[in-house]
Amino acid sequence: MAECHPVGFQWVMEAKKRGATVIHVDPRFTRTSALAHRHVPIRAGADIAFLGGVVNYILTNELDFREYVLAYTNAATIVSEDFRDTEDLDGLFSGWEPDKGVYDPTSWQYEGHQEDSPDSADVEEQKETAGALQHESHGSPVPAQTQRDETLQHPRCVYQILKRHYSRYTPEVVEELCGVPREAFEAVCRAWTENSGRERTTALVYSVGWTQHTVGVQYIRTGAIIQLLLGNMGRPGGGVMALRGHASIQGSTDIPTLFNLLPGYLPMPHHRQHSTFEDWVGSITHQAQKGFWGNAKAFATSLLKAYWGEHATADNDYCFGYLPRLTGDHGTYQTVLDMIDGKVAGYFLLGQNPAVGSAHGRAQRLGMANLDWLVVRDLYMIESATFWKDGPEVETGEIVPTGCRTEVFVLPAASHVEKEGTFTNTQRLLQWREKALDPPGDCRSELWFFYHLGRAIRRKLAGSTLDRDRAILDLAWDYPTLGPHEEPSAEAVLMEINGYTLPDRKPLSAFTELKDDGSTVGGCWIYTGVFKDGVNQSNRRPPRAEQDRVASGWAWAWPANRRLLYNRASADPDGRPWSERKKYVWWDPEKKEWTGFDVPDFQKTKPPDFRPEEGATGPDALAGDDPFIMQGDGKGWLYVPSGLIDGPMPTHYEPIESPVRNLLYKQQCNPTSKVYDRPENPMHPEGSTVFPYVFTTSRLTEHHTAGGMSRTLAYLSELQPEMFIEVSPELAAERGLTPLGWAHVVTARAVIEARVLVTDRLTPLRVEDRVVHQVWLPYHWGYAGLVTGDAANDLLGVALDPNVLIQESKVGTCDVRPGRRPTGPAVLSYLAAYRRRAGIQEGNGDHG
Amino acid sequence: MKERRMVPSAEFRSYYGRPVVKAPVWRHDIAAYLFTGGLAAGSALLAAGADLTGRRGLRRAGRVAALGALGASTYFLINDLGRPERFHHMLRVVKPTSPMSMGSWILTAFGSAAGVAAASELVPRGFVGTAGRAAGLAAAALAPPLATYTAVLLADTATPSWHEAYPELPFIFAGSALASGAALLILTARPARTEPAAVPAGDADRGTLVQLCIYLRDRLTSTALATRLDQALNQVGVSTVEPTGERFDPSHHEAGGTLPTTDSKLVGTIATVEAPGYADRGVLLRPPVVTVYQRRQA
Amino acid sequence: MAERMGFFTDTSVCIGCKACEVACKEWNGVPDDGFNLLGMSYDNTGGLDANSWRHVAFIEQPAAARPAPAAEQPDFRWLMMSDVCKHCTHAACLDVCPTGALFRTEFDTVVVQEDICNGCGYCIPACPYGVIDQRKGDGRAWKCTMCYDRIGDGLMPACATACPTESIQYGPLDELRARASQRVADLQSDGARLYGADPDNGVGGTHAFFLLLDEPEVYGLPPDPVVTTRDLPKMWRKAGLAALAMAGAAVAAFLGASR
Repeated sequence: MAECHPVGFQWVMEAKKRGATVIHVDPRFTRTSALAHRHVPIRAGADIAFLGGVVNYILTNELDFREYVLAYTNAATIVSEDFRDTEDLDGLFSGWEPDKGVYDPTSWQYEGHQEDSPDSADVEEQKETAGALQHESHGSPVPAQTQRDETLQHPRCVYQILKRHYSRYTPEVVEELCGVPREAFEAVCRAWTENSGRERTTALVYSVGWTQHTVGVQYIRTGAIIQLLLGNMGRPGGGVMALRGHASIQGSTDIPTLFNLLPGYLPMPHHRQHSTFEDWVGSITHQAQKGFWGNAKAFATSLLKAYWGEHATADNDYCFGYLPRLTGDHGTYQTVLDMIDGKVAGYFLLGQNPAVGSAHGRAQRLGMANLDWLVVRDLYMIESATFWKDGPEVETGEIVPTGCRTEVFVLPAASHVEKEGTFTNTQRLLQWREKALDPPGDCRSELWFFYHLGRAIRRKLAGSTLDRDRAILDLAWDYPTLGPHEEPSAEAVLMEINGYTLPDRKPLSAFTELKDDGSTVGGCWIYTGVFKDGVNQSNRRPPRAEQDRVASGWAWAWPANRRLLYNRASADPDGRPWSERKKYVWWDPEKKEWTGFDVPDFQKTKPPDFRPEEGATGPDALAGDDPFIMQGDGKGWLYVPSGLIDGPMPTHYEPIESPVRNLLYKQQCNPTSKVYDRPENPMHPEGSTVFPYVFTTSRLTEHHTAGGMSRTLAYLSELQPEMFIEVSPELAAERGLTPLGWAHVVTARAVIEARVLVTDRLTPLRVEDRVVHQVWLPYHWGYAGLVTGDAANDLLGVALDPNVLIQESKVGTCDVRPGRRPTGPAVLSYLAAYRRRAGIQEGNGDHG
Repeated sequence: MKERRMVPSAEFRSYYGRPVVKAPVWRHDIAAYLFTGGLAAGSALLAAGADLTGRRGLRRAGRVAALGALGASTYFLINDLGRPERFHHMLRVVKPTSPMSMGSWILTAFGSAAGVAAASELVPRGFVGTAGRAAGLAAAALAPPLATYTAVLLADTATPSWHEAYPELPFIFAGSALASGAALLILTARPARTEPAAVPAGDADRGTLVQLCIYLRDRLTSTALATRLDQALNQVGVSTVEPTGERFDPSHHEAGGTLPTTDSKLVGTIATVEAPGYADRGVLLRPPVVTVYQRRQA
Repeated sequence: MAERMGFFTDTSVCIGCKACEVACKEWNGVPDDGFNLLGMSYDNTGGLDANSWRHVAFIEQPAAARPAPAAEQPDFRWLMMSDVCKHCTHAACLDVCPTGALFRTEFDTVVVQEDICNGCGYCIPACPYGVIDQRKGDGRAWKCTMCYDRIGDGLMPACATACPTESIQYGPLDELRARASQRVADLQSDGARLYGADPDNGVGGTHAFFLLLDEPEVYGLPPDPVVTTRDLPKMWRKAGLAALAMAGAAVAAFLGASR
């Protein structure tokens, strides 16, 4: 965190000053470790085993926060008797269908509700469309009423299943599999459990790299399980904090740039599953389910009104037909492979540099070389704009500049101080930024670009009688513009996102005011309230002395300016705080409402003892002690009965490329992970001695992502001027690497070179009976800028987490050799020789 | 009994072997300056000694050397500056805690004095001429400070070997200034002018008689006897030197006084001979003392 | 004089982010110092010089004994420290400056007036910490100004403003000294000590002082810095003696010479 979020890390330092213990678990000793009380070195890719060990420790020693677990989680819920665990099937769950590459999750479902599960064909489609990404935010279809055993003794209650599942994740296993010494592991367990409970809470913080595994979603799930067992969710100082990789990337999923989501985490409709408006809305509301997604029709209708304005009416289902439909996997990696196959005509890159920043750089560049047109909007001439003349493939001869068919348009973009608007950070905080100065020359903001592009396209299409052009011509596309460049008003856009009534355009103050009858516009229901009372709440900046305990007066958090989600859990089932020290939100019996330091994440007047009527649905089905109001059963999930493709409980699988066998199961890797079996995407065979080392990548404080905003500046470039690799002294000796000398790193996909930094911060790990060496690479370098170098991400192939289609880019295997890499066409023969030695058939990807 | 260590030997630690203090940024110019500055000081000191003991040639050589070395010093110092055009900023302050500030002033004063002293060799009369001796003595008084302040300058740094050497360094600099000054003067001063005239070898008795005759001639009041003596000297080859009307030449004539004139053709020529000079077979025994025409100031 | 201001740099909370280096350069328009991978852990700046007025040092200290191949390093430390001009109470650079370019401000800090400095270079070897340096191509001496152009307007220096963990603290010197003593007491770790806070040290105490976690030499700092001016009176006396000896030798030479 100190490396990637130095400014945010000041709060960790403040906590440390006030007595908090800071534990850092990471393959290498970083600047964060330097300030932590303890650093736990871990083998990259082994985190589920480590955390599973913690779960086992908690359950074996009965250190869970029992009242919390019983009341607020699904620990007591009974699971279908058809369910079989990885314990029983040596690494697989019941329902595995090898020909489809997915599970039929029916047997995972809660007892008595098997018909609520999707079938495997649906799951296959979900895998294509990252269906779990929708479910992450609004729970999967589960019923409101479930069977429970409050004594937690029933052999098929979640608690017992969980216990059995993690029983083999012993401290010995953690030591052997993760390379974490027993003493360190037990110290972490003790610290974590002793600091959780009524009086104390522990926070789990992770960075984006944690997600970039073929089991990335399950990594986070394991963390969530621990935090639920220890009663840390929804409580101050607790929770799971996801540190995001960019200043506003939270905003880019809220108002999404993802293919499968619409604003507010409404799912993009699928051509088969959602052929009608009712199908679509129904799939979100999930009849018989609790929670606020019950109002999805209002959210959806208001969004469509925002898009198509007066053209969207009840008669035409609010122009639902105009929405694009998913037909399969439109994820970035599939799209790039489609580009290679010649199926994609054009590509917009907006502040994105896949030639350096995405996995498998060569595939990215080959794909971009096979387009009709490419539009790059950026502050600098990034590698993704010049790959066709300066890239590694030009060096090898795979791309010939004069022969490259892609026409590249580079348009200069405005920087963040040259435009106004909001950023949404990892705490869901919308903060308005003023424009400090006008962009120079032809530089323009994204808002300007798309608005005027839309105008231009509409002008070109004007008068068309084709049905397919209606979707664009009927758009409500009339923001007020300002200044000589006709910059659209960002405030007007934010106002539309907030929502307003029609026809008087009165701003809404809460998403509960959204209607499903076309009388409201709402661009993003979770953001409704940012313009509460007509005031731009995101622009509030009172000084520190005027702030309350949660600084609720500073900017605006979604939803409803609530700073801590699920904060109902900070009070016990009777509505009293778990402790005076940790009180946050509680029930006021006199005023008969919820009150506290934050906006309660609960219906304000629903008492703790409220029990819903039989057959109630939506928010009304939530009981007074259901804090997890977005889940179908109102509980935190220790076990996921439906909604994840790779299993109801996290299980240790080795990364797609690993030097060791899975110590725990016969099933080596995540069986459902998405791999692309193509000539461009060869993967290393399991346990290959040709690629014996583990590599992982991450960031340096001095540079930013693909380097376009840091390696182009002298003051940052001089702080870290060269691409380098960190190796332990032992590995340096083994491979004859000299400090500050050159080394090159080889995978089946690419070879890159880097300067050698020999450091004790990397230590060889003892895994089972052998030594496993890890090396570390920063991924910031590319061939454009003031300081240049090879791109680490070129080493990666494409293997994805099945739930959200994120690439496994934080662990792989490689070889490391002294000296510089070959250049020119020699690179290709060098790699071919490596692949031959590794037994990878030329022409297809070999996946173990 | 062998001495035992009571504590473990100190382990030298550094930050990646980098030196803590910075080396000076001075270049070869400063090394050259240390030499030429000392040279100037030594030369000026010896020139004054020569002046006071009548060693004209030595005096002249010393004064020229002092000025020349001083000029070279000034060039080296200015050339080494990061901003040479701002050399005059050295005289913005007088700062005793800064040996370089004190040195700048010493150098300036010395330079002025050495300049006047050397100029007086070319222009014997007038302000410059009469000030010559005073200037030369002033330069000589400043010479030891000039030679030794640089030792303080080097020692007054954090450079360990220089700072530690501060008790010895001034003596090294002083000694080398004297030695180099003397060496230069040995090379450049003309031996004929360093001593009163020498007697040709083998004529010791004749030379004694000639000197006695000149001595008596100077004190004769009778003109007839003076003439008779001149004739006798003439017969043995000792001629009288009476260069009335000739151009004054300081290497052959000694100035005894001046006579103002407005006639520019006469300026610099000999008006009268106060005391005749004598030459023995062409070799000058003693120069004539003459009165020189000087330009009359309006 | 307004009030003695200073820096207290608490290296125990430094995260090595180098925001101080960048903020300083941005504010003061300091040129970049070259793109050189130095291999000194994450330190590619090297040291303080004319083009680096804040320098973050990195020292990796592995545990003394390493069972092979162990994973836990309980006493592995990565020390990080943002070094800066010490703004000495008795500043050698100021003492030796012959043009008066270096002067002491009303905040008791030491600043170079760049319109006066003629690049004589004397301050450079005079500094016991090796801070001030001559800028190539420019000729003048440059160093940290403690953002004289900011603190006069009630702002903090750029580095202190940018430091996210408040490792660099700016304020009145006696306040900082009190805070620092408290911090050392709170830390209660052996190795933690203040450096430069003692007004009786060889430079009279420094306005920029530090909390270090190891010996000063480990960070590249002199363990016992002394302002060279301390010995200057003795130096002048020695020089005076040598001067007299020189004059005496000359006199003796002429007196002893034959006539």
